[in-house]
Amino acid sequence: MSDLAMTFPHILIENAKKFPPSKVAMREKDYGIWQSYSWQDYLEQVRDFALGLASLGFKKDDKMAIIGDNRPQLYWGLAACQCLGGVPVPLYQDAIHKELHYIVDHSECRFSLAEDQEQTDKLMHLKDEIPRMEYIIYDDPRGLQNYKKDWLLAFTDVQEMGRKFGRENPDYFMDAVNQVKPDDMSIIGYTSGTTGNPKGVMITHRMIADCSRGFLQWDNLDETEEVMAYLPMAWIGDHIFSYGQALCAGFTVNCPESTATVVHDQKEIGPTHIFAPPRIWENILTQIMIKIEDSAWIKRKGFDYFMKVAARVEKKRIANEQVPFGDRILYQIGRFLFYAPLVDNLGMRKIKVAYTAGEAIGPEIFEFYRSLGVNLKQLYGMTESCAYVSMQKDGEIDSDSVGPPAPGVKIKISETGEVLYKSPGNFLGYYKNPEATAETLEDGWLHSGDAGYMTEQGHLKIIDRAKDVNQLNDGTMFAPKYIENKLKFSPYIKEAVAHGMNRDYVAVFIDIDYGAVANWAERRHIAFTSYTDLAQKPPVYDLIQEAIHKVNRSLAEDPRLKNSQIKKYLLFHKELNPDDGEITRTRKVRRKFIAEKYGNLIEALYDPSKESVDVEATITYEDGRTTTMRASLKIRDAETF
Amino acid sequence: MNEKPEPILRAENITITFGGLKALDSVSLEINPGEITAIIGPNGAGKTTMLNVINGFYKPDQGRIIFEGKERPKHMKPNVIAAQGIARTFQNLALFTGMSALGNIMVGRTMKMRANIFSQALYWGFSQKEEIEHRKVVERIIDFLQIENIRRTPASMLPYGLRKRVELARALAAEPKLLLLDEPMAGMNLEEKEDIARFVLDANEELGYTIALIEHDMGVVMDICDRIVVLDFGKKIADGTPDEVKANPEVIKAYLGTAGE
Repeated sequence: MSDLAMTFPHILIENAKKFPPSKVAMREKDYGIWQSYSWQDYLEQVRDFALGLASLGFKKDDKMAIIGDNRPQLYWGLAACQCLGGVPVPLYQDAIHKELHYIVDHSECRFSLAEDQEQTDKLMHLKDEIPRMEYIIYDDPRGLQNYKKDWLLAFTDVQEMGRKFGRENPDYFMDAVNQVKPDDMSIIGYTSGTTGNPKGVMITHRMIADCSRGFLQWDNLDETEEVMAYLPMAWIGDHIFSYGQALCAGFTVNCPESTATVVHDQKEIGPTHIFAPPRIWENILTQIMIKIEDSAWIKRKGFDYFMKVAARVEKKRIANEQVPFGDRILYQIGRFLFYAPLVDNLGMRKIKVAYTAGEAIGPEIFEFYRSLGVNLKQLYGMTESCAYVSMQKDGEIDSDSVGPPAPGVKIKISETGEVLYKSPGNFLGYYKNPEATAETLEDGWLHSGDAGYMTEQGHLKIIDRAKDVNQLNDGTMFAPKYIENKLKFSPYIKEAVAHGMNRDYVAVFIDIDYGAVANWAERRHIAFTSYTDLAQKPPVYDLIQEAIHKVNRSLAEDPRLKNSQIKKYLLFHKELNPDDGEITRTRKVRRKFIAEKYGNLIEALYDPSKESVDVEATITYEDGRTTTMRASLKIRDAETF
Repeated sequence: MNEKPEPILRAENITITFGGLKALDSVSLEINPGEITAIIGPNGAGKTTMLNVINGFYKPDQGRIIFEGKERPKHMKPNVIAAQGIARTFQNLALFTGMSALGNIMVGRTMKMRANIFSQALYWGFSQKEEIEHRKVVERIIDFLQIENIRRTPASMLPYGLRKRVELARALAAEPKLLLLDEPMAGMNLEEKEDIARFVLDANEELGYTIALIEHDMGVVMDICDRIVVLDFGKKIADGTPDEVKANPEVIKAYLGTAGE
């Protein structure tokens, strides 16, 4: 492929030439109506904004912070930045001040683009502390009329400046675009990381283009796809999916009206391709379960029965075995009565392929969607490899591997059991952090930090984070995430943290799903006042105990893991929250942090004399205020099998 | 502000009695265009009665109302007054519970619809164009109040705070010259109150609505209002900016509690 097809500004210009004006590049729901933009509109918007930036003095290699929900203007801003040879730095919109400060300061952003007043306020606060940031540009002017500053500009005003600048310098845009080379940095993605400060992952145009095309070919995706863009723009998954793949294939990206309307908007669009982390799939499943519990007796019974049929059939299909005739008939009846209407309601009827990525997914959750007929597949990758390492092939699905290496990827397992790979998406290095780069990239091999092995079929299987896998005192393998994911299949469990390293048995913290448990409690007339209060109700403990026993039974089936059954547990007094540092923005448990912060709780779980433990916790609100709360947490024994 | 603007509404010496009780006793007040005016006072001070007089639901025994420089005839019907540009929300919610949020807000536009019922039923020609125009206005308001996600939800299924917001949306949809809000924040928690206060302020600053509201939360009133009228037992005891009112000893005695705050 020519070099021209390897930079995103050129790909965008090509798309505007190639596709007719009737082809929709982007849709945004605004005022209740889907507004469409063609590829020609896309290019025009990007060009005007880019020229506006240029007139403000934006130069090659300048960085621009981008923060907000998925709005077309933010994607255009990202593209405009690339057209001038600049580097966009997307930020998590719910990140707290401290994190934003670090990233904006570390990446040396001169420009920033915000979605609305909320995000603008955050950036203005940062600008006071970081004088290097010169301009703040906002998309939605609502509530910003009275903010009169010369360095605060509306997106449309910048575009207007760009049109004027373009008339005076007609060749400027194409000259700038022609300066952009495939191996130039195209984006810096900051990984939240489970330890220490975020690290800036440097990625080039060629990497994103190669990986995007790799994904498209793998599943035969083309310009007719429809996708929903609602995951954080700072997540590499969204960048590959809503930007990289969308431009390379020329398919349509749909921006929902607001985060609260995603489900409804998705139903209207009927996307053909989905890319989401496991927590999204878990949330959808929890919502379904809540609604089923609330439905009429006959529907509930019917659903339970036919979901069992579907699970049976799916097990056979995954194993590539013949499905018995009776089950085939039942499956068709179930499809007519339950599966198809349910899938349609979720807006997944037209899905060709859906991916779960970013974390391990519980096998039960994975099989649930597949059994409904949604072609959900697993994919393994990291920000450092543009999410492109391995993915499952149609017809070769199984619930606990992540598929064969993707085309162009080499995988090997180190002597310590760590997964190493060479991918076209392997990053340049961490921005301004050569030590960390040297630790991660060795001779082109990327050290993933994940423990795993290759199965007989040549599929990669990830066990856990390499540093997390360890042993109980009796030598049994203990993989905390494996157990946690099993627990999380229960709609009542949102998050779990398993302990057991150098201990006699496994004990867990359970973080209940407040929505689901509150709904359950209300139907049983159990009164409660808050999350903490609800979590400590004995009936709620009973409810969670059932889920734990189910997990123990399933662990007992595997001789290697039989001894890692859960013996003790307690229900946590608060939701694990990225603002408190307990999990990352992408919802990965930060074990070390939790072990330090809640050491006394862990000790109590291993102290036979204790039946409860007192806890005092500091909670951080979104605006940075903190408050202290006290609670007494009960410790219970679980049955083992 | 060297020149005093012509008030959009002037009430002069309003007196109204229910049975033997004087609910309002010769109360005069002015509402200036572009301002937020609060009417405050202890329970039973006559605040809601005053709003009811302003929007014509009650006829005062004495006194007159001058709206946009014209004196209002004695027996003008409330619907005619509403058509002149006075909209209100209620202390107790008054939504059509079976209708969606969108439907309820569209109701706020009926006053401005011209097409007849038959052409509306057919949704053809002029009525179609009209409906689209009105829907545009309503969608702007939905966007303004951030209730996109409940557009299609029946009002009966909405939680209290959101119903209040839908009611506010309906009043805004009428694009009134004067918007009356009767305790827009009653029964809300702090967060919901802050939200509504923000919306009221934005409606005033961004959309330019003139607003008169009744509210009990002094913090909110002091924060967002330009002018405050204080009633006590049917009489006006103070009228001025928040700072003036706060310093008025009579107000402190009647309402705000002890003087040593």
